[in-house]
Amino acid sequence: MTTVTAEVNQPTHAHEGHGGPAPTRIVVAYGFWIFILSDIVMFSALFAAYAVLSGNTAGGPTGAELFNLRNVFILTMCLLLSSYTCGIMMLSAEQGHLERLAAFAVLTFLLGAAFLVIELSEFAEMVRKGAGPSRSAFLSAFFTLVGMHGAHVTTGLIWLVYMAAQVVAKGLSSTVLRRLLCFSLFWHALDIVWVGVMTLVYLMGVQR
Amino acid sequence: MNGDEHLHEDRAPGIEEHERTANVLSYTVGLGLAIVATVASFIVAQTDLLWPPGAAVGLVVLALAQIGVHLVFFLHLGSGSDDTNNILALAFGVLIVFLVIAGSIWIITHLSANMTSMPMN
Repeated sequence: MTTVTAEVNQPTHAHEGHGGPAPTRIVVAYGFWIFILSDIVMFSALFAAYAVLSGNTAGGPTGAELFNLRNVFILTMCLLLSSYTCGIMMLSAEQGHLERLAAFAVLTFLLGAAFLVIELSEFAEMVRKGAGPSRSAFLSAFFTLVGMHGAHVTTGLIWLVYMAAQVVAKGLSSTVLRRLLCFSLFWHALDIVWVGVMTLVYLMGVQR
Repeated sequence: MNGDEHLHEDRAPGIEEHERTANVLSYTVGLGLAIVATVASFIVAQTDLLWPPGAAVGLVVLALAQIGVHLVFFLHLGSGSDDTNNILALAFGVLIVFLVIAGSIWIITHLSANMTSMPMN
């Protein structure tokens, strides 16, 4: 009964949850939020595997011998700043500032790419030192967890280029804005996963 | 009539109204807090500022604080009516993540404790 009166009198009440279906933007963001949570559940399995296996070095190098915290700090700052520029990019998109949108999209891409380059060079150096994923259970779990995060960042960068092409081709239509919103949710979620990686793998790893 | 209204709602007004709370200031405050938490984590990990056996707990607390900052200032999870569903989904996700991680560590620790240790060559 209340829904009927709300629909007839005040359609604006749809935002407050008692006037029929929510706007498409809310529904899309909710659906994508569910996807992000399921992705985080997948990451939790990799985190659990790493936590269980991190002591099994099979006589090989330990985390304390391998990890370079200066690099990890630079990686963290790259990802954190790119999360920030991604947020500003999203605000610019919603306000229709195309120049600011382009500038912050480029910044977001460059910071994400810097993260990826530093991480890959670190992986390459570990493999060169004989600490590749096949050396021990600890290193298998390490490369799976951190590599999976890196694969997500790669996906995000490709998605960002794709979104830039859509903005150029279609303009800032409501559909493109919703897709940009999903991208920014994905990018912020990657930063949240990185907080877990930074703490569990690197900071706790050097303590043992 | 209903369909027309929704078509109208999909456009700018809905977006304007929803994003009023998210502004540059909110992102900047979030960035500042996240940097503080990150720097604190690195200091705790590399110095004896915290009692060493408790440093791991300190790191977990700082990580949870930083995740909270990200959720509120970057993902804008708040107490608005639109957020109820998002927060319920998040709570379910946190439950599953906790069960998977804590359960695995618990089970495997007991398993290792009950194994007869084999000589490793």
